[in-house]
Amino acid sequence: MSGRIFEQRTTREGWGRGLVDLGQKHDDVVVLVSDNTTSTQVHFFEEIFPDRFFQMGISEQNMAGVAAGLSRFGKVPFYVTYSAFGVGRALDQLRVTIGYTPCNVKVGGGHSGISVGPDGATHQMLEDIAIVRAIPNFTVLVPADFDQTRKAVVAAYSIDGPVYIRFGRENVPCVTGPNDPFEVGKAQMMADGNDCTCIAMGQMVSEALLAHDALAEEGIRLRVLNMHTVKPLDEEAIHKAARETGAIVTAEEHQLYGGLGSAVAQVVAANYPVPMDYVAIQDHFGASGQPDELLDAFGLRAVDIVMKVKSTLERKA
Amino acid sequence: MMMNGFPRGHCMSVHERWVAGRLRWSADALEQVARDVRCDILTLLANAGSGHTGGSLSGTDYLTAILFHEAAIDPGQPNWADRDFWHVSNAHVSPLIYSVMAERGYFPLRDLLGFRSFEGHLQGHPSAHDTIGLEVSAGSLGQGLSVAIGVALAAKMDGHPRRCYLCMGDGEQQEGSVWEAAMSAAHYKLDNLLAIIDVNRMQIDGPTDKILNIEPLADKYQAFGWHVINIDGHDMNTILAAFEEARSVKGKPTVILAQTIMGKGWSAIEDDYTWHGRPPTKEEADEALLGLDANYGGWWARLEANGMMP
Ligand SMILES: Cc1ncc(C[n+]2csc(CCOP(=O)(O)OP(=O)(O)O)c2C)c(N)n1
Ligand SMILES: [Mg+2]
Repeated sequence: MSGRIFEQRTTREGWGRGLVDLGQKHDDVVVLVSDNTTSTQVHFFEEIFPDRFFQMGISEQNMAGVAAGLSRFGKVPFYVTYSAFGVGRALDQLRVTIGYTPCNVKVGGGHSGISVGPDGATHQMLEDIAIVRAIPNFTVLVPADFDQTRKAVVAAYSIDGPVYIRFGRENVPCVTGPNDPFEVGKAQMMADGNDCTCIAMGQMVSEALLAHDALAEEGIRLRVLNMHTVKPLDEEAIHKAARETGAIVTAEEHQLYGGLGSAVAQVVAANYPVPMDYVAIQDHFGASGQPDELLDAFGLRAVDIVMKVKSTLERKA
Repeated sequence: MMMNGFPRGHCMSVHERWVAGRLRWSADALEQVARDVRCDILTLLANAGSGHTGGSLSGTDYLTAILFHEAAIDPGQPNWADRDFWHVSNAHVSPLIYSVMAERGYFPLRDLLGFRSFEGHLQGHPSAHDTIGLEVSAGSLGQGLSVAIGVALAAKMDGHPRRCYLCMGDGEQQEGSVWEAAMSAAHYKLDNLLAIIDVNRMQIDGPTDKILNIEPLADKYQAFGWHVINIDGHDMNTILAAFEEARSVKGKPTVILAQTIMGKGWSAIEDDYTWHGRPPTKEEADEALLGLDANYGGWWARLEANGMMP
């Protein structure tokens, strides 16, 4: 499904540039990495601020704990690695030391989602949002593109407490502009419509926009919300979507259970139940393959959103 | 009176009979296989266009020796109940794992062409779910040694002579979980466990001593209660001798520190950490294969000769 032409850039570069933006303004920003400096794009920061950059080696648990310690005496640590390991291996530290205290630690979850591609299932983190969202005190950000990731990094600094920022490896469509406002906890309306709402996160926002265009040709007006903040969730935007459009389809590059879809469904069910459906990984592990091939195979495309919107509309009263 | 190395009257288990009668490859023959494995690695990486070259080439010699010479395994029945356990925890060296497995007969050589593809059964990091012959899925560093300990404990419980072979990277030693495992292997006196560490002194971001120093590794394992054997990890005779020595050690686990060279066998990239996770192009592979007395086309000819063209 095509039509709109988007510029393509990586969200991980947005992460790397955002850290430099912060470093230039704030002396207390420090960066920690575990043996993947270039692939997490923190070489930008390392080059300019070598004294505030810590290479921790392959030791995610240690890195998370050290970040917590740094935060106790005025530093604002950003630690980063692939989310599979930064969330997976260091979960206990995230929960007890960083989450429960809470500590002012920012966590970068790189190489997230199935679009990591040929590295295969072990490296395709599809459970990070479910995990981090469940830990009290965490703010969870899933910016949609390069510019938004850069802004999310800057915004994370101003939040007093733990923040998780998810981003990916591959080029993704730029759906926002450098001057668009970014407000934590406020869903961004990308397209208006009254027949159904697609609430999407990450690169699925661009697929939702393509779905919007395709459905428009059939006279179906799809509202598209970019839910870049998965926690705290913009409940007001969700209520409005339920009331005004009467049907909701969520879209995420994440497992079906515990992610954006689950989060939205909780809000909808408790307040104003409407028919819903979920575009997500259907409770299985990923696979090796090219990123595009995998997005097709695992049903994370505009066409999948279109199909689910139509079947959801059939259930609308 | 000894028969096949066992005292007369001793009732040999299937496992022991296998060990007694197993193929004992000569060092020369193993070197030939290792050369073929290196050709496979370079070819499948060039074909896939992504994957880990450096560590695959540094670990080739000892993994070949484990699967062809040392371990009691039967690729025809990968789940044979009496098998030895082998596992590679630094699992990003999947090109190596799959190439040795293919050469050993777990699956056809041709399948190596499906490496990292959606159609193939050989994921970028090993999936026990997809690939027959793997014990557990892997790709997250620092998990394998614990699994090997579990297997070794089960063997002790059952009075089974199973041996456990576990490979790790040197950068992988930076994971704390490795040392939790190291402590418990010695605590449980697991002399049926042999760990082999690929000491190629390199990892993704640079030399291990610059990233996070792991040395003195021998002293660390010794202090943790292990028997330590330090060897040239590219010398087949030395590798085989170390395996024999490990078999004779009682009451403690053994670790072999295999001093290796990242990218070994392709002189242009040897000791260069930037090749940790980079594949050769087809042209580069051709060049590398020349150094091994082979060429890219030759690999395909070998498939053809075996009636295995895709
Ligand atoms: C828990 C975990 N953290 C990080 C990684 C990413 N990673 C894959 S390989 C690697 C470097 C490993 O170094 P080493 O063990 O020396 O292997 P070599 O580079 O020599 O092949 C890293 C950091 C991972 N796979 N698992
Ligand atoms: Mg190494």
